[in-house]
Formats: sequence, structure tokens, C-alpha cells
Amino acid sequence: MKARVFVTLKNGVLDPQGKAIGHALNGLGFGTVGEVRQGKVIDIELAETDEARARASLKDMCEKLLANTVIEKYEIELR
Amino acid sequence: MRSAVVVFPASNCDRDAQTALKQLTGKDPRMVWHGDSELPAVDLVVLPGGFSYGDYLRSGAMASQSAIMRAVKAHAEKGGMVLGICNGFQVLTESHLLPGALMRNADLKFVCRPVTMTVEETQSAFTRKYDNGQRVVFPVAHGDGNYFADDATLDRLEGENRVVFRYVEGDNPNGSARNIAGILNETRNVLGLMPHPERVVDPLLGGTDGVALFRSLIEALT
Repeated sequence: MKARVFVTLKNGVLDPQGKAIGHALNGLGFGTVGEVRQGKVIDIELAETDEARARASLKDMCEKLLANTVIEKYEIELR
Repeated sequence: MRSAVVVFPASNCDRDAQTALKQLTGKDPRMVWHGDSELPAVDLVVLPGGFSYGDYLRSGAMASQSAIMRAVKAHAEKGGMVLGICNGFQVLTESHLLPGALMRNADLKFVCRPVTMTVEETQSAFTRKYDNGQRVVFPVAHGDGNYFADDATLDRLEGENRVVFRYVEGDNPNGSARNIAGILNETRNVLGLMPHPERVVDPLLGGTDGVALFRSLIEALT
């Protein structure tokens, strides 16, 4: 089973990198660009066929290492 | 005072810490590799500055999972002293030995310069030789020093006098919440700070404001 984990900053946590990207896009003439938030995508191959077990295991990985839940939130996508 | 310095792959201030400790305690600190699972019998463990594991994932995140950190946690839980400087502070927050997180500097720039701080709390084993409110100048050298915690955590840190060092207004190099430069854990035996006390222990290197931090520890632990 393959999984994709999205790690992004929590709402309300300032994202200076996202802001800088937004400014750069505006500078390139993309005038419709509003707020930009950036994050990470982590692709994981899992030797697991049970979806519930895979989700539980991925949640554990996010809590323990992949995300810093003081500042970040995560979403798990199974594919 | 017996001390140890943990060496992670890509630590780069481990030798600075070693030199400062040797100079001020008169004893060689034990240098401990990140893959070791046991600490020698010491009073103080220093987590040095650097870019452990290349800052992969997040600064300090990989180091917090290393074998030696289990021993460092056990040392801290038994009341042993732990000093995390710069990357060491990041490792301490990632290890949940200190609350909050260290985010990318607000202006996205790596900052490398002396900063002026006030000593906010002298009732600690790390700062008893300073005067309350004393201004000190330590160098900083970091890209991820922007201390963040939710308001309840910040209020609690301030209410319990656990903010030990604060950048003076107008000299905050990274945008940290409430100008926080260094904090203690609840039991006051773990200190994390972004600026480098070990780099200001010799007039030859431009300052001696860091000496009192090590002298405080020596006095408390001898």
C-alpha cells in the first residue's frame, strides 16, 4: 500500500516561507494570488494491506516524527 | 562538575562546548556519540549547536530520535542537568523536554551576529551567578530560532519564571514570541537557548558574558 502524508503549518501559525512565495508570485505578475501556505509531502510505501491498520500506523508516525504537532497538522491519503 | 557533550552527525559547536567546559571546569568533558545508548556518570549533559542530521525533516527532529536521546531523557527525568544550545535547543523541543517549537526565522534569513539579552531569572542553577536584569551579549548563528508556543504555554512559562533569557526590545534576531531566547523546563534542570554562551568565555573571542552560566553550573553541581 502507498500513502501520501501532507504536513502543513496549523492555521494561525505564521508561515514566512509561504508569504515570500506569495510575494514572488505577485512579482511574476500573478496578480490574483492571495495568501500562500506551504508544506511538505511525504510518500511512504507500506507493507500492509489492511486500510485501518495502515491509517493507525501512519497516524502514529505523524505524531511521533513526521509532524511537529505544536506547529503542524497532517493529512493522510492512502492510494 | 562532571560533564558530557553529545556529538550528533553535523554537530559543529561540540568542540566549542568541549573547550569552554575544559577551560572553566578544569576537566575534560566526555564526548558522547549519538549512537551510544548510555551516558557516562555526569552532572551536566550539553547538546551542542550545529545542523544535526542536516536539519532533515525539521531542525532537531532526527536527533531527537537518536539512541543517546533516550539516555538524555532518563538523565533529565532523574533531575540531571541538560543544557541545549542552538541546535541543542531545537533537539530539546523536538524531544518534548522543553515546550514549544523553533520555527524558521521570521525574515527567512540565517542570522549570525552578537545579540543583547537580559537575564530574566537568576533563581536557576544555570544563571545564579548573573544579576537579575543583567544585560549580556552572546552571539547567535541560526536559521530556525523563532520560538513559538501557544499563548497558554507562553503565559505559563512567564508565570513560572521559566523565561531565563530574553532578547532586548529591538534586538530580536528571529521573531521569537515575546522576545524569548532561552527557557527552562518545569523542574528547572533543562535549559534551552538559541544564543551561544560557549562562544563568549574568552576575551580573545570577543567576550566573556557566557562565563557566568558555566560558573553557575559549577557552583550548583560541585
